[in-house]
Amino acid sequence: MPDAQAWRRDFPALEPPVHGRRLAYLDSASTALKPRAVIDAVVRVFTHEAGNVHRGVHALSEAATAAFDRARADVAAFVGAAADEVVFTRGTTEAINLVAQSWGRANIGAGDAVVATALEHHANLVPWQALCAERGATLRIAPIDDDGRVDLAALAALLDERVKLVAVCQLSNVVGTIAPIADIARLAHAAGAVLLVDGAQAIAHLPVDVGALGCDFYAFSGHKLYAPTGAGVLWGRRALLAAMPPWQTGGEMVAQVSYEAARYREPPYRFEAGTPDIAGVIGLGAAVAYLRSLDRAAVMRHEARLHGELRAALAAASGVRVLGDPEAAVVAFTVEGAHPHDVATIVDHEGVAIRAGHHCAEPLHRRLGVHVSARASLALYSDDADVAALAAALSHVRRVLR
Amino acid sequence: MSASDVDQLYQAVIVDHDRAPRNHGPLATATHRATVDNPLCGDIVTLHLRIADGVIRDVSFEGRGCALSRAAASILTTMLQGRDRSAARALAADFDAFVQAPAADPAMPGLGELTAFIGVRRFRSRRACATLPVRALVEALDGTEASRDG
Repeated sequence: MPDAQAWRRDFPALEPPVHGRRLAYLDSASTALKPRAVIDAVVRVFTHEAGNVHRGVHALSEAATAAFDRARADVAAFVGAAADEVVFTRGTTEAINLVAQSWGRANIGAGDAVVATALEHHANLVPWQALCAERGATLRIAPIDDDGRVDLAALAALLDERVKLVAVCQLSNVVGTIAPIADIARLAHAAGAVLLVDGAQAIAHLPVDVGALGCDFYAFSGHKLYAPTGAGVLWGRRALLAAMPPWQTGGEMVAQVSYEAARYREPPYRFEAGTPDIAGVIGLGAAVAYLRSLDRAAVMRHEARLHGELRAALAAASGVRVLGDPEAAVVAFTVEGAHPHDVATIVDHEGVAIRAGHHCAEPLHRRLGVHVSARASLALYSDDADVAALAAALSHVRRVLR
Repeated sequence: MSASDVDQLYQAVIVDHDRAPRNHGPLATATHRATVDNPLCGDIVTLHLRIADGVIRDVSFEGRGCALSRAAASILTTMLQGRDRSAARALAADFDAFVQAPAADPAMPGLGELTAFIGVRRFRSRRACATLPVRALVEALDGTEASRDG
C-alpha cells in the first residue's frame, strides 16, 4: 500500500486542528492544499527571484526569468506538450474565456453553433453563452444519462457543419464521471469542429497527455493541482494558437510598437499581456516537480481505492443519495431531511471540510432533479481516516437536526 | 468554535420551525410580495403580505432553503401580523443588526423567537441564510402593490 501518511506530512495545512478536531479536508475539488515544496518555491521567489520576468538584465530579473521559463517547460512536459503551446492564464476560467474571445470571435459567426455538454461547470458554459449571443450563434447542449455520462450518440446527432467547437469537461466536478475524450475528439473532428477540454478537475487525478487525448485546447488551474491560486494554463495546438488574434493587449505580448500600431509576438507570449503571476507560475512548476517526485501510479491507485471507500461509506449512510455514478475524485450527495448547507456546517464542526451548494453547476443540478448538493472530494493526501470522519460526522447531522 | 456552537446554532425552536414551518404556502389575497435569493447557495424565499390600511393583515412564505432560512421565514411570519409598515421595517432592521452583532453582545428586546438565531453570529458564512427572509420583507414593503393573482 502506498504511503499516504508520508505524503500527508508534505502538506502543512493538514497539521493544525480545526474546531479542536483532526482536519479531514474533503474539499480538494474546490482547491487543493499546497505541499511544502510549493510554499518554499513561492517564498524563494520573493526572497531570491524577486525581479520581473523577460524585462531586466539585472540579477533578480534573470533569476525570475530562468525560474519562470523552467516552470513553463516543466508544466508543458507534465501534459505532454511543447513549451510554446502552453499559455499561462489566471486559471481555467480565464483560459476558456481566452479561447472564446480570441478563437471564438475569429471563427464563430452568425448561424454557427457551439456544443457543450450538460455536465459543464459555469466556466465552460457561460463563456459560450456569451460568445453565441454576441455572434448570433447557437449553443447546443449535449445530453447526459442519469449516471452523469455524456450520451455519445446524442452528441454525435448534434454535430453538423454549423458546429465549430465542442466544449467538454474531462472529469465532472459534480458527478465525478470521466468523459471519453478521445471518442469525443474523433466525433468533433469528423464534423469539422475543434474540441476544448476543461481539465480543471482531471489534471490532478488522471494522467493527461494532450496529444493522446486528441483535443485541440486543454484548460486547467494550478490551484487544484497543489499550486497557488492565480496561475493556470491554456494548452492549444500550435497551428491554432498561431492563427489566433490577441485577446488582451499591452506590454510583454508585442514584438514592435510605434505610436500608430503594434506587431504581436508569437504564441504563447501573444496571449500573455502584462506582468504575469510570477510566483503563481513558479509555484505551479514546483507543484508539477513535486508530483513527478512521487510514484504517480501509486498516487492514482491510492485515490482510486479511497474513492471506492468513500462511495461505500456514503452508500452505507442512512438517507444519503449519491448524484450520478462517480468514477473518480469527487462524490456529490444529498442527505434526506437536511439541506446541504446545514450538513456542511455541522460536519465542519466535526473537523470535516466539504462543499455545499451547486458547485458552479446550476443547470446540471436541475438536470439531476436537485437544486444543491453536498460534495466530498479527494486528493493524494486524503486517507481512510478522512472518510471515516465524514461517515461519523454525517451521523451527527441527525442528532443536531433531531 | 466547538460542537456546542453547532447546538447553539440549531436550537430547538429553529429545528421545529424548519420541520413544521408556519404560514407556509401561497397567499391568494396578497397585496405585496417579493422573492429574494442567495446566488451563492441557491436558497430562495418568497414573502407574501396582505396589507390593508397600512397594517399587515396576512402573511405567508414559500421557497426552498436551508434550516436557517426556512426557520427564519417561518418565525418572521408569526411576528408580522398586525404590525404597520414602520414596525415591520423596524423588526427587519433590528434582526439584521442582531445577527451582525459581535457574538458576545446581549440579545435585543422585541425579537421574540428570532432571538434563537443568536448562534449564527459565530457563523459568518451562514448569516445571509438567517437574514434572507427579512430582505424579502423589506423588498415587499418597498415594492408597488402586487397583482392579486395568488
